[in-house]
Amino acid sequence: MSETQEKAVDTVSIEIDGVAMEAPKGSMIIEAADKAGITIPRFCYHRKLSIAANCRMCLVDVEKAPKPLPACATPVMDGMRVYTQSKRALSSQQNVMEFLLINHPLDCPICDQGGECELQDVSMGFGRSLSRFTERKRVVKDENLGSLISTDMTRCIHCTRCVRFLEEIGGTSELGGIGRGDRTFISTFIGRSIDSELSGNIIDLCPVGALTNKPYRFSARAWELRARPSVASHDCVGSNQFLHLRRGRIMRVVPRDNESINENWLADRDRWGFHGLYSDDRAVRPMVKSGDQWQEVEWDAALNRAAEILRSTSPTELGFLLSPRASNEELYLAQKIARALGTDNVDHRLREQDFADQDHRSLRPQLGTPMESLGEADAILLVGGNPRHDQPLVGHKIRQAWRSGASIFAVNARDYEVHYELSESIVEPPSTWIGQLAGIAAALGVHADGDIGRLIAGATADARQQAIAEKLVDANSGTVMLGNVGVNHPQASALRALARRIADRAGMTYSELSPYANGAGAWSVGAVPHRKAAGAPAASGGLDARSMLARPLQGYLVYDIEPSLDTREGTAAAATLAGAPVVYLGSYVTDEIRAFADVILPVAPVPEAEGSFTNIDGITQVVQTGPKAPGEARAGWKVLRALADVLELEGMAYIRPDQIRAHILEALEACCDVDAQYGPVTLDKGAGDGLEVMSEVPIYAVDAVVRRSRHLQDTVLAASNSVRVHPADLEALGLAGESGLGELSVDVMADESVARGCVVIPAGVAPTAGLAGKQRFTLESGS
Amino acid sequence: MTAEQILTEKTRSRIDHWLGKFPPEQKRSAIIQSLMAAQDQNGGWLSKDIITAVARYLDIPAAWAYEVASFYSMFDLHPVGRHKISICTNISCWLCGAEDVVGHVEKKLGISLGQTTEDGRITLIQEEECLAGCVGAPMMIVDGHYHEHLTPEKVDDILDGLE
Repeated sequence: MSETQEKAVDTVSIEIDGVAMEAPKGSMIIEAADKAGITIPRFCYHRKLSIAANCRMCLVDVEKAPKPLPACATPVMDGMRVYTQSKRALSSQQNVMEFLLINHPLDCPICDQGGECELQDVSMGFGRSLSRFTERKRVVKDENLGSLISTDMTRCIHCTRCVRFLEEIGGTSELGGIGRGDRTFISTFIGRSIDSELSGNIIDLCPVGALTNKPYRFSARAWELRARPSVASHDCVGSNQFLHLRRGRIMRVVPRDNESINENWLADRDRWGFHGLYSDDRAVRPMVKSGDQWQEVEWDAALNRAAEILRSTSPTELGFLLSPRASNEELYLAQKIARALGTDNVDHRLREQDFADQDHRSLRPQLGTPMESLGEADAILLVGGNPRHDQPLVGHKIRQAWRSGASIFAVNARDYEVHYELSESIVEPPSTWIGQLAGIAAALGVHADGDIGRLIAGATADARQQAIAEKLVDANSGTVMLGNVGVNHPQASALRALARRIADRAGMTYSELSPYANGAGAWSVGAVPHRKAAGAPAASGGLDARSMLARPLQGYLVYDIEPSLDTREGTAAAATLAGAPVVYLGSYVTDEIRAFADVILPVAPVPEAEGSFTNIDGITQVVQTGPKAPGEARAGWKVLRALADVLELEGMAYIRPDQIRAHILEALEACCDVDAQYGPVTLDKGAGDGLEVMSEVPIYAVDAVVRRSRHLQDTVLAASNSVRVHPADLEALGLAGESGLGELSVDVMADESVARGCVVIPAGVAPTAGLAGKQRFTLESGS
Repeated sequence: MTAEQILTEKTRSRIDHWLGKFPPEQKRSAIIQSLMAAQDQNGGWLSKDIITAVARYLDIPAAWAYEVASFYSMFDLHPVGRHKISICTNISCWLCGAEDVVGHVEKKLGISLGQTTEDGRITLIQEEECLAGCVGAPMMIVDGHYHEHLTPEKVDDILDGLE
């Protein structure tokens, strides 16, 4: 069939305001009009949500129709003539506007939405200048929806976008239209908070000032703000966003449309995380320690002291621990300095435990099925992790796939509360996951050499594994996805090897999420001990993060991490660092950092400085300098470059960050294709007594900035950072109802979602910072 | 408390009966009848707790159950008397004297629409729209039974007969 004929079958010809156009069959008038740039006013319609047609604002005049029709709910038909500006259309719009304003208060001057309000705009364009309504307006009681969203429900026009968002996208259905007729109001009904990890989007969706941004409220007007395009840096998705700045300070963050990454949504963590940049413990002056005293000094003195430490340490005894959320430019420069000093002891993988297969891994972790098409997958097998909290927009994509019929499977140590249904869910302690995957591989008839081959050959699939295998084979497209807990698993290499073989055999892709904001970038630019930028092998192959912290080396450069919260070893890492001279470059100064560091160089992270991040699709996105950095803090790449100067290292005379980017790009183009290969695996499970530890980073504990965002920390999601054990295990240990955990007196929560024989320990939070690194844990009574 | 603890066995079996009429993934369809069963168990009204329990039992978001419970006039969200009276005030009944019926009942019981007598005997349901009994207008519903062609005498008889 020729292309023109095909087109005729799938589309119809219509005319809107005299403009002829083709529109796909079954699409609505408003979609065709939007595509053609013809404005039709609307409130309830939103292209990402189901059609409600309840605001009636989009009434248009359709030829031969007896009455005006809603453009959002009227499908196009061949030969249809639509008029959006006819007398009938305009008077309908004017009348609807008058009705919508009946109960709407005239409080625009004190409304946070003023100046960026769809109702205000549309009423300017389509409303009357006088109200004929003389009766009493109604008042609706406000609700406390938590620390993020403010309500002024009297302003609500019942478009139900928020209700539909939470039902369709958020999957939590926390809001409903309560009551009937002119007494309808939008509410949770029982006065609870909105706990969706995507809740902030209802603020953007609300066309009036009924739902507004609580932390931002009353702090600025839309016309005072300058929008600066930016990229979120709290997970590996790299959501696009705008920073709204006033006089060099971020006032708020809103999503920036990017259909292939975050669509038009933003996770709450990316929206409100920035508040952590304005905490009191930012590093603002260069400091050096003399004896036990800290002295604020000039940059030169601090850089000299830093160079002295780095130069006087034997290269093999020097370790570079780098923040996995630093920009590509910072990470590239830092590893370049390390290598120029003669050491390969460079790493960003601060929570990982198993490095056995690192020489055989791909250039960087990546989604085999990219974000753009993840929502169309037929099957997803998730191994270790909870993307809903770890990478909320990946979670959104999994839900999207599920909503369009995909089968989702999970192997986890917790039965997470997710917004999709699992066709099969394996909830077992982490050490058994290898066996579970081997069973699925056996059911699929995977053949392999070596240890993995023997493992699969020795496995017999149980009914559940068999069922998963069958569904995976049946699926036309899909991915096997290693999540954060999988990546940080003690036998991650074996999980990777099995997951990849399962994917290959079932005709699916293999996807690996990164637990860090710029893990993909860190791998690409050589912030790993065994590879330089672009995957070029490092000659000596240095120490990984775990080995660097296993015993004190003779010197360290620590780049923007809080060791007790950002590393697997937790408080032990801070203790190890205290045993050696440490050059600390970072954005915060805490007691812990003061205790181990010898020089503190204050760093302004992205977006206070220009830099780029590489996301989990391998897309590198550049962020321009946004807000002002506090005090004397300077862009990380500038500090590193100055340090390189003092160290008299060559080839680092970068003046602008785009020169660094050009260098990275050059290396990537010149160097080797680094393809994933099957490599050695770790099969030793480690034995011992007690409960097996499953350590995971709670949603609002992922990095130093988020941990300091007061508004996120006040949410219900942040409050659930407890140590969790299955109630039956507590019962068996005779600890039911007890609250202390040995001398550490941490509250233990009985939680039926946890696998038997397992203890879930939150990482990245202070009370359990000393526990997450353990493999097993013996619980005993605290009293 | 779990849904099983709040809802009695009788209520649950009524809900199960209705669930059986819909496909398993369409449990939302059984909300109205499930709330009816819960309301009967709870002395004629729905507390937030019992609505939540119904939602949990049906395994649907609680907001869906709240929406339905607050929408229909057959569901009461506050404690009610032993007998519920709904007087139709929609057009047919109104033309045939519904306002007089309302006035008579209010005067006799000493309460207005939407209120409950002090002894907890009778609740007058707030503003009832067409109850589909136009042929016998004016009419009212007392505890689910239709009474038509109302006159003050007839109303007195009916009200006096309620315990």
